[in-house]
Amino acid sequence: MTSNKMFNILVPLISIFIGLFAGAIIMLVFGYNPIEGYVALWHGAFGDLYFIGETIRQATPYILTGLAVAFAFRAGLFNIGAEGQVFVGWIAAVWIGTTMDAPMYIHLPVAIIVAAVAGALWGFIPGLLKARLGVHEVIVTIMLNYVALYSSNAIVRTVLSNNEDRTENVAPSASLASDWLQELTYFSRMHYGILIALFAAVIMWFIIERTTIGYELKSVGYNKHASKYAGMSVKRNIILAMVISGAFAGLAGSMEGLGTFQHMTTQSGFTNLGFDGIAVALLGANTALGVVLAALLFGALKVGALNMPTESGVPNELVDIIIALIIFSVASSYIIRLLILRFKKEGK
Amino acid sequence: MGFVDLLQSIIPPALFFSAPLIFTALGGVFSERSGVVNIGLEGLMIMGAFVGIVFNLTFADVFGAWTPWVSIIVATIVGAIFSIIHAVASVSFRANQVVSGVAVNFLALGLGVFLTKQFYGKGQTDMVSEPFYTTNIPLLANIPIIGPIFFQNIYVSSYLAIVLAFVAWYVLYKTPFGLRLRAVGEHPMAADTNGINVSRMRYIAVIISGALGGLGGSVFALTIALNFSHATIVGQGFMALAAVIFGKWHPLGAMGAALFFGFAQSLSVIGGGIPLLADVPQVYLLIAPYVLTILALAGFIGRAEAPRANGEPYIKGSR
Repeated sequence: MTSNKMFNILVPLISIFIGLFAGAIIMLVFGYNPIEGYVALWHGAFGDLYFIGETIRQATPYILTGLAVAFAFRAGLFNIGAEGQVFVGWIAAVWIGTTMDAPMYIHLPVAIIVAAVAGALWGFIPGLLKARLGVHEVIVTIMLNYVALYSSNAIVRTVLSNNEDRTENVAPSASLASDWLQELTYFSRMHYGILIALFAAVIMWFIIERTTIGYELKSVGYNKHASKYAGMSVKRNIILAMVISGAFAGLAGSMEGLGTFQHMTTQSGFTNLGFDGIAVALLGANTALGVVLAALLFGALKVGALNMPTESGVPNELVDIIIALIIFSVASSYIIRLLILRFKKEGK
Repeated sequence: MGFVDLLQSIIPPALFFSAPLIFTALGGVFSERSGVVNIGLEGLMIMGAFVGIVFNLTFADVFGAWTPWVSIIVATIVGAIFSIIHAVASVSFRANQVVSGVAVNFLALGLGVFLTKQFYGKGQTDMVSEPFYTTNIPLLANIPIIGPIFFQNIYVSSYLAIVLAFVAWYVLYKTPFGLRLRAVGEHPMAADTNGINVSRMRYIAVIISGALGGLGGSVFALTIALNFSHATIVGQGFMALAAVIFGKWHPLGAMGAALFFGFAQSLSVIGGGIPLLADVPQVYLLIAPYVLTILALAGFIGRAEAPRANGEPYIKGSR
């Protein structure tokens, strides 16, 4: 029995294997010892509590951008704009965090919610254009990424600072940082955001699997026309999916603004959190649990990679190559399925 | 500042910024006309920039003044080869073309920086010693008024790009090959029924886009950036993609859009010297191309239809 469920687990596993195997070959070709390289990677990701803390810290926004991309995917939409939604969420959170004055139980929630709303708004634009005018969301979201990048840089310079490259730190009452978690992990930058990210994953699972909205979204994703005949509003669902997706990505931005960095700097390019989110969603088969696991893997790869140059001399960009190959493999799941089936038949 | 002086200060830099966009956008037109979405243009440009710079640094002594030309040819070839990955994934393996394009971007950046560290032991290369230089175009530069605006202190690559746009238009709209390529993008099953090999056509189109993307990236690197690092190509490829759509998937339209975007980019650089623009905050000039593209797509500037089968893998026998 080769059920869909089995493929959903096998394809990502095989893809990870392909990526790591290709990485090993590249290391061999360039005269490195792949075992040393991967041991360094492992040490850098899980070597002690500090590295574990950093891995979780890195995985936190990945979970949220992964959820954002996965959620849109379920409704048949491709949100390439998580990147831009991260930016607007980040700047919105820092804006509230630096300019508002309130006790923590008000300040922090407001900062987080405003970030989510900002992201939702950034997702609403492509959603609306797609629903009303049939404009492809991929292009609009790509363009909005750049608008977000340059606009938030301008806001950092002109509104939130006096022509400097970074804002002030957010007030302690808006900070997600946790002395307790930091001490526990030898002063990594781990923060309470992980709880929010995990909670968001539960919410996504709940919306998709347990509510009428989720059912309609999935239905629209499977077959627009059939859903329309069944009496669902395709347009409303498209907009809703992009709005919720944007909200997740906006939250990811608040993780950076209120948790990891506590401020925002002008950026010369993208953070790649949104683009990596695509990889996370794909590898996680667009399910909440899958996204969490994939985010942990990518968090570990990214953080672990930083240790590779010092311990084994391998440039850390190797991990980007590995991630790219994993994406290729997951995207080409058709051929992997075909090979598995053929292999099974020959085995009999 | 007189009007002619104004044109003289605007047009050469606009052409200078446009050339890489034109090359890459033309590549995008070929790919998308055949029905393969190419989000990977950014990655192809990164590859082109990397190869162009590395080749230039390595062989500057061998080829002398010809180095930049040889460099862009090599980058074109490598870009073509690199794009085969996208072709295999999206045509043969039926991968989601957008996803595959994203992976191409990742792979190019990862490989580029990895190899840079490998070759030079640091994250960015030195400046090239043999970049493209501006020249006056003989004869044409002596025409009064027009000469100083269009033909003095200009990069030859800019004109190469414009000429190539017309060549691309001719190939796509006036040759049997172009007709087949477009047919594959509009209605692959009909094309298949008429004996056109859909997969082969799409492979060729993607490889052409890889070649032109590599060319665009190397021209960018050897005229504007002059070295390679992770931040050499930031968004140029996506801007080229915007030009493809803004130009309604037509080579000359894409060229026009790329010229416009080049103009917009140059404004953010030279804007301070132009009286009317000196007070406009730079951010508006930076986001203008992207906002305009969204408006164009929304139909405010005239609707455009994408090739009908764009983004869909062709599976024989399905309908």
